Amino acid sequence: MTENASMRRVVIVLVVAAALALGACAGKPTKPAPSAPETSEGAQGAGAGAASAAAANPDDEAMGPQAGLLATRVVYFDFDSAEIKGAGTDVVAAHAKYLGAHPAIRVRLEGHTDERGSREYNIGLGERRAQSVRRALLLQGATDVQISTVSYGEERPAAPGHDEAAWAKNRRVEIVYLTQPVPGKP
Amino acid sequence: MSQRPVPDSYPRRLRGGARGVAVSAMLAMLALALGLPRPASAALEIEVTSGVRDPVPIAIVPFTPLPPADGGLDVAAVVQHDLEGSGRFRALPRERMPAKPTRADEIVAGSWKGAGSDYVVVGRVSASGSGDLAVDFDLVNALTGTRLATQRFVGAASALRNAAHRVSDVVYQKILGVRGAFATRIAYVAVDGTAPAQHYQLIVADADGANQHLVLESRFPLMSPAWSPDGHYLAYVSFETKHSGIYVQLVRSGERRQVSARAGVNGAPEWSPDGRKLALTLGGGGGNPDIYILDLATQDLARITDDPAIDTEPVWAPDGRSLYFTSDRAGSPQIYQIGAQPGAHPKRITFSGTYNARPRVSPDGTQLAMVTLDNGAYRIAVQDLASGTVRVLSHGRLDESPSFAPNGATLIYSARDGERGVLATVATDGLTGLRLKAPEGEVRDPAWGPFNP
Repeated sequence: MTENASMRRVVIVLVVAAALALGACAGKPTKPAPSAPETSEGAQGAGAGAASAAAANPDDEAMGPQAGLLATRVVYFDFDSAEIKGAGTDVVAAHAKYLGAHPAIRVRLEGHTDERGSREYNIGLGERRAQSVRRALLLQGATDVQISTVSYGEERPAAPGHDEAAWAKNRRVEIVYLTQPVPGKP
Repeated sequence: MSQRPVPDSYPRRLRGGARGVAVSAMLAMLALALGLPRPASAALEIEVTSGVRDPVPIAIVPFTPLPPADGGLDVAAVVQHDLEGSGRFRALPRERMPAKPTRADEIVAGSWKGAGSDYVVVGRVSASGSGDLAVDFDLVNALTGTRLATQRFVGAASALRNAAHRVSDVVYQKILGVRGAFATRIAYVAVDGTAPAQHYQLIVADADGANQHLVLESRFPLMSPAWSPDGHYLAYVSFETKHSGIYVQLVRSGERRQVSARAGVNGAPEWSPDGRKLALTLGGGGGNPDIYILDLATQDLARITDDPAIDTEPVWAPDGRSLYFTSDRAGSPQIYQIGAQPGAHPKRITFSGTYNARPRVSPDGTQLAMVTLDNGAYRIAVQDLASGTVRVLSHGRLDESPSFAPNGATLIYSARDGERGVLATVATDGLTGLRLKAPEGEVRDPAWGPFNP
C-alpha cells in the first residue's frame, strides 16, 4: 500500500447492460415471503417470489401515550455500554409506571448502536441495551408479557453522520408502542 | 441457464471509444424491450488503489470473436481487467501490440519482448456443437516462445464471461504459482435510502463486480450473507418480520426457507465445512447472545457457549473441529477458539489491542482475518495463528466484514469512502488492493464464495 512509482489508479466503469442481460441467466429476484410471526423454530418452505415484505408487515406501531415524559421514546447510551443513566432513567421509569397501570398495552424495545465496529457484534450490543431497558421496566412495574425486544445493531441509524454527534444519537433504545399483543405472547 | 449472449461490460478505452457505449446502450434497450429482469442495482465501479512495484508485463491479444453467438463479449478485455485488477500484472495496450496473433504458432517471440511484454496470451472463441461455445487459449513466454499453457473451456454462450475468468485463473496460476480466484462469485448487501425507509438488496456478482444478480430485496435489514461450501446456497439474516431470522436460500432458483426465528437475536450464520450445519448466534429471551450449532437436516440445536457476555460471529476452522468467535467476556471484544461441541472450553486467541472482532479463517487454516481497533480506526488485520503476529492491512476508519477469497490470497471487506459504503479488497501480503463502488447508496457485508466446481 505504499506510494510506489507504479501505483496505478484505473477507474473502470462497468456498463449496466451486463447486469441487465445477465440477470436473465440466474434465478428470479425473490421478495421475502410472508412468514408466521415469531415461530419458535422450524423450516417453513416458501417459494420464490411469493409476496412482498410489505404484506407480511402491517404497520403495528401505535401512537401510545403522549403525556409528559411518556412522549419521550428514546433512551441513549455511552459507547459500548448498556447502562441507563441521566435523563434515560426518568424516561424508563415513566414508561414502566404507565405499563404497570395498563397491563394490556404492549411495547417493542428496539436496540441500536453506532456504526463503529463489526455488524453482528453490534447486533449483540443493541440487544444488550434493549434487555437493559427491559429489566428496568420489569423492576418498576411492567410485566414480561408486555415487552418484546429486537436489535438492529448499526443497521438503522437515527442520525446519518459519521462523527461523535451522530454516533451519540444512534446509541439508543427506542420504545415502540404496539397496536397488537406481542406476537407469541398471550 | 439462459442462452442469452453476454454483452461486453468493459471500459471505453478498451473497447474503441463511442462505439462501445452505443453497443451497450443498444443491448440495454434490447434487454428492457425483452422484459428481462432488471439489474440488481446500478453497476459497480472498480478502482485499483494499489499494486506491486514491478507488475508482470503481459500482452493479452484480442481473441478471435464469434459474432453474434459471443454476444460481443471481448474475452481478452475480461482477462486483462482481471489480471490488472489483481495489481500484479501490467497489460500492454492494444495499440502498442506488434501484431494480433490468435494462435501460439503465430507469435514472433522477439517482437513482444521488444514491446515490453514477458508473456503473451492468445485465443479464439469458436462454436462447439449444440449451441455451446469453446474458448481456446495459449499462454506463451514472449522471450523464448515456450508455450506455458494451452487450454479449452466449453460451455453455454451465457457462460462465456465465466470462461474468460477461467482463462485468467490459469494465467495467474502459471505465472504466480497461486490458483486464481477470478472465476468465483461474491455476495453482498446493497442499501439505498435513509433509515427507516431503506431498501435492502442481497446481490450475487462475479468476483470482479460484473454480472450482478438480485437474490432478495426487502424494506428491512438484510445482513451477514454466507455461502454454502458447494456455492449453491446462501444463508443470511433478514428482519422482514420486524424480528431477526436466519434463512437459507438456493441462489439458482430463489427457493428459501427460514431456519431460525427464535426470540431475541438470530444472527451470524456460517456453514460448516461439510455444509450440513450452521454455526449461528442466538440471543435467547434474556438478550445474552451465545454460539449454537444448528443441524440443517434434523433441526437439532447444540449450545456451544454459555456466558453472560456477547458471544457472536462464529466461523469454522477448515477442519470443522473448532469455531472461532467474538466475545466481550474479558471486558472488550476479543477472538476466542472453542471446540465445535457442547461442553468445550474457549481459548483466547487475540491479545493485542482493545477491539478484535468478526474473525474469518484463511482456507489453509493458518491465518485469522478480523476487524481491529488500530489508532482509533477500525481496520482489517490478519493474525498468523502459529506465531500470533498481527498485521494491519487496511487504511480506512470504518473497515469491517473481512472475507477471504477461496485461494487465500485476497480479502474483500466493506469500507467507508466519504458518505458511501464501498467494498474493497486487499491482498493478504498487503501489496495490492482495489475498491468496488456503487454509484448511489451503499454496498456492504461482502462474502466471497468458494471455487466453482
